Amino acid sequence: MSAETEIKVAEKKPWEPKIIAFFCNWCTYTAADLAGVSRLKHAPNVRVIRIMCSGRVDPQFILQAFASGADGVLIGGCHPGDCHYSEGNYKLLRRFRLLRRMLGSMGIEPDRCRLEWISASEGDKVKTVINDMVEKVRNLGPLSIPGHLIELSNKELGIKETEILREEAVAHAG
Amino acid sequence: MSSTNGNGSPRIGFYVCHCGHNIASVVNVEEVQKFVATLPGVIVSRDYKYMCSDPGQELIQNDIKEFKLNRIVVASCSPLLHEHTFRVAAEKGGLNPYYFHMINIRENVSWVNTDKVMATEKAKDLARAGIQRVFFHKPLIKKEVPINPAVMIVGGGIAGIHAALTIANAGKRVYLVEREATIGGHMAMFDKTFPTLDCAACILTPKMSAVKNNPNITLWTYAEVEKVEGFVGSYKATVRHKPRYIKEDLCVGCMDCIDACIYKEAKYPDEFNQGLSMRKPVYIPFPQATPQVVLVDPETCIDFKSRRCKKTCIEACDRDAIDLHQIDTYEEIEVGTIILSTGFKPFDAKRAPQYGYGKHQNVFTALEVERLVNASGPTNGEVLTRDGKKPKSVGIIHCVGSRDAKTNKWCSRVCCMYSLKLAHLIKEHTDAEVYNFYIDMRTPGKGYEEFYDKLLKEGVHFIRGRVAEVTDWALMPEEKDRLTIRVEDTLIGTVRRIPVDMVVLATGLVPRDDAQEIRRMFNISCSNEGFFLERHPKLAPVSTFTDGIFIAGACQGPKDIPDSVAQAGAAAAEALSLICAGKIELEPNTAQIIEKDCSGCKSCIPLCPYSAITFKDDIQKAYINEALCKGCGTCVAACPSGSIIQNLFEDEEIFSEIDGLLKFAGLETGALCSTEMEVQ
Amino acid sequence: MKYLYYPGCSLKCTGRAYEESLLAVFKALKIDYTEIEDWNCCGATAYMAVDEVNAFSIAARNLALAEKQFEKEEEIQVIAPCAACYMVLIKTMKYLNESPALKEKTVHALKEAGLNFTGRVKVRHPLDVLINDIGIEAIAKAKKHPLKGIKVASYYGCQTVRPYSTFDDQRDPQTMDNLVKALGAEPVDWPLKTRCCGGSLTGTVAEVGLPLSYILLKEAARHGADVVVTACPLCQFNLECYQTDINKKFNEDINLPVMYFSQLMGLAMDIPQKELGMQRLFVKPEKVLKTVKGGEPAYV
Repeated sequence: MSAETEIKVAEKKPWEPKIIAFFCNWCTYTAADLAGVSRLKHAPNVRVIRIMCSGRVDPQFILQAFASGADGVLIGGCHPGDCHYSEGNYKLLRRFRLLRRMLGSMGIEPDRCRLEWISASEGDKVKTVINDMVEKVRNLGPLSIPGHLIELSNKELGIKETEILREEAVAHAG
Repeated sequence: MSSTNGNGSPRIGFYVCHCGHNIASVVNVEEVQKFVATLPGVIVSRDYKYMCSDPGQELIQNDIKEFKLNRIVVASCSPLLHEHTFRVAAEKGGLNPYYFHMINIRENVSWVNTDKVMATEKAKDLARAGIQRVFFHKPLIKKEVPINPAVMIVGGGIAGIHAALTIANAGKRVYLVEREATIGGHMAMFDKTFPTLDCAACILTPKMSAVKNNPNITLWTYAEVEKVEGFVGSYKATVRHKPRYIKEDLCVGCMDCIDACIYKEAKYPDEFNQGLSMRKPVYIPFPQATPQVVLVDPETCIDFKSRRCKKTCIEACDRDAIDLHQIDTYEEIEVGTIILSTGFKPFDAKRAPQYGYGKHQNVFTALEVERLVNASGPTNGEVLTRDGKKPKSVGIIHCVGSRDAKTNKWCSRVCCMYSLKLAHLIKEHTDAEVYNFYIDMRTPGKGYEEFYDKLLKEGVHFIRGRVAEVTDWALMPEEKDRLTIRVEDTLIGTVRRIPVDMVVLATGLVPRDDAQEIRRMFNISCSNEGFFLERHPKLAPVSTFTDGIFIAGACQGPKDIPDSVAQAGAAAAEALSLICAGKIELEPNTAQIIEKDCSGCKSCIPLCPYSAITFKDDIQKAYINEALCKGCGTCVAACPSGSIIQNLFEDEEIFSEIDGLLKFAGLETGALCSTEMEVQ
Repeated sequence: MKYLYYPGCSLKCTGRAYEESLLAVFKALKIDYTEIEDWNCCGATAYMAVDEVNAFSIAARNLALAEKQFEKEEEIQVIAPCAACYMVLIKTMKYLNESPALKEKTVHALKEAGLNFTGRVKVRHPLDVLINDIGIEAIAKAKKHPLKGIKVASYYGCQTVRPYSTFDDQRDPQTMDNLVKALGAEPVDWPLKTRCCGGSLTGTVAEVGLPLSYILLKEAARHGADVVVTACPLCQFNLECYQTDINKKFNEDINLPVMYFSQLMGLAMDIPQKELGMQRLFVKPEKVLKTVKGGEPAYV
């Protein structure tokens, strides 16, 4: 594919933030359902992964999400003291705080990784948090770690490898 | 990325539901169906109007047989709604139900996103993630646990009493735990009940008696639940028996001790009579208390303060039932299910200072007036002001604390009816002019509107308007030394001043002060208002999100006696249905240690709130007791060597979802846009 | 703490005694205040009722001036003694901070005058400053003539504690009562502390306005008040200056002194009467002066 076509293909799709969310089944996922039942419209940029407890969130999931191209990661759990499994949310909080500091030194702004306590009846909070986070990430711009990795490999691995990756990307975009 | 997991390489059947217009009006379901058909592993990709219907489910079963499918993915509504339905459908088709995965494109997409293009993109991303995830699903087996047939009911008001009798009459053991010294709750304080004007005590006491005499009910009054452990089918509760300082099995309720008490005059506010009369340190809450046993209040009994009382009460008791040295005792019980019927608290009228409760002496709460009109109340049924006079006019103010942005937004549901009832009773007892000040007249139940009609004919004055204030400053001579109610009469469009001798505040119903502590103890949730949260407001009003724990009565939300009794029956039925089944299947999303990978670091052991993880010293490896594991996944995330896996939420499954959601994402900078990027 | 002082039109004219007495008290308590330079009329309730957007801009000009004058300070606090000015300024702060569209219009208008509004200003009532910043103890210490045996009815008027003000309870405010107690006097507990005095209706629709003031005076007298203290120039004017009319219309003999709370403070703090504007009072507060001066009141 020529460079012009590639640019055309890229220009066809304006960038929209892509945010991965991990919602705990008992509180946040239920609240998101409540937001749905109440028809509380919000931004479509968040993709939810359902887990039983926010304590299940392994820092590797967050890192993998960013590495795979997410512009933001949102974690939703029960309010402190209300975890369905008693303390899972506290364990997550510890990991989250440590990870946030590491993310900073990787060049990932703190607003991109967010932890919210949302209880089962707070459907409106799901809406406000999602809208707010999408706006913040939109203002920060694309994170594009895969794109940056391609650039780096451009330099290190040689052109052939990157052309394969590019073709795949273009095929998807087309 | 492929996995065989026991039944050959994945052959996936994908179904996207239109859900009528609910999904199809926003998400282009045909586009989703066509897109998924191109994904690796997908053998069948269909769209259908209503997947959860019988034909929809049959479609899945037929496809499984015809195309030898071994994975099913349905993109439709929330798994919280229909995951179970489709798992059963897959099972009927011959597949292990856990080879099914569900994707939410209704509550999470079509109902909340308006941009059709972006919603469809989102649905496609979610579908791809689900397809990739289901590769890794394994054939899991549900575990069965037995249900202990005993039931614990917390709270002995009308709801708790009814639930207890229902379950006991079914032949099962009930532990009824009540924190006050008697059962009966708020209903025991009422005089008559609306709309029939039945005497509350007359209809309640036979039920209280039945509880006492039922051999299947273990009645513990003056007791509180301290701790709850376990899970559905095998709960272990620790109950604290507070000391009455009376031996319950010896006391016959003759009350000689009360007469003989060293205090000749009663001088402590009687809680049952809302402080309108006095009691002695040794007392019985009310004459028909069940059990018919007195109790001693250690805060006011002289012997507790000085240990030098003559103890005339002990002298007078010929059953030797008084023991002033009792202490708290604890008892553990094992039950399979629990019903919470802890009731409500009346709104504190002091929080509405414009009505002058506590400031002007003749402003009463509704509960205080209930005690006044009651023949066994502080004034033997005479309605009198606090200065002992018969009122010539009485104002009843509706919606005190309710329907108010400053205090509580909700309507407390019973106040209009009880205000009408009190209007009738006050008129009957005093022949005073009675004014009801209301915003709307809410009379939804059977016979309620007819009751209101009757009141209209009895000459009660109804003024539609929210009362602005109750004040003692007089404008006209007839207001002097009386209370004046200032209100806008919205039906005639003018502000009125109505002088009365007595004001009755129809206070609303609010959650009890310790509702949050209680619900944490039982691991259930509360709604934003503070009442216990039901699993589903329409279809599961007495279940909670914790299996085996049910709620009934006003603790779930303000309601009247008929509804409380109905909910109590419903909760009893739910409990009995579990007991009759004898066992319950638990979700198999538990965690397990992969022994060969475990390094014995012990990081996981302190993390489990259920103490499900122990350390096997002989082989120096951690071990998870499947029966205790509840499947939160905290240990899985914490294990440094990744040697704990959680069924249904394995690392591979989640990573594949992440990958599926972000295919070709994040390529905006550099690579696509230019071949000559300066690499920094 | 440095304060800016916004007098408003009334305090320079009919409400002169309020300014005189308040500033004298401020001086005695060593409160550091500076009048806002080139302040303009706040518009009061009148302009708000005519054109809200313009009214907000006019009021905001004063806040913008305050921001300019004190731009180097960490906190900008403006004391607005007149109840209407206080309410208008607080309302302006609240509405402009909550409505970005309104704020944009106002900022645009103010730009023409070379001013800017960012919403930094805190508008304070003098009672709020006296009780919460200076403190009851300091005021109690500053009094030289405790007003023993004087029963004082605190009258807050309708705009001091509601709807936007947050420094006191909206139904049963206590700051002025606490102030009165600190001066050694006895606050009277009466139910009409925040009831309307009639406002400008005493002049325009007297048959409505006059009875409202009458009710207040009658009730205060019924509860045994020797003097009524107020925090609003219009309230003071209505309650004090119409007593002959009220007596004639309602066949009464009310002779109740009504003064500003700052005048009462000044008397207790032994500030010369002329400095407190006492000569501007219609109804001579003989009992109060007797207690302060002893013997026959040497009334100025």
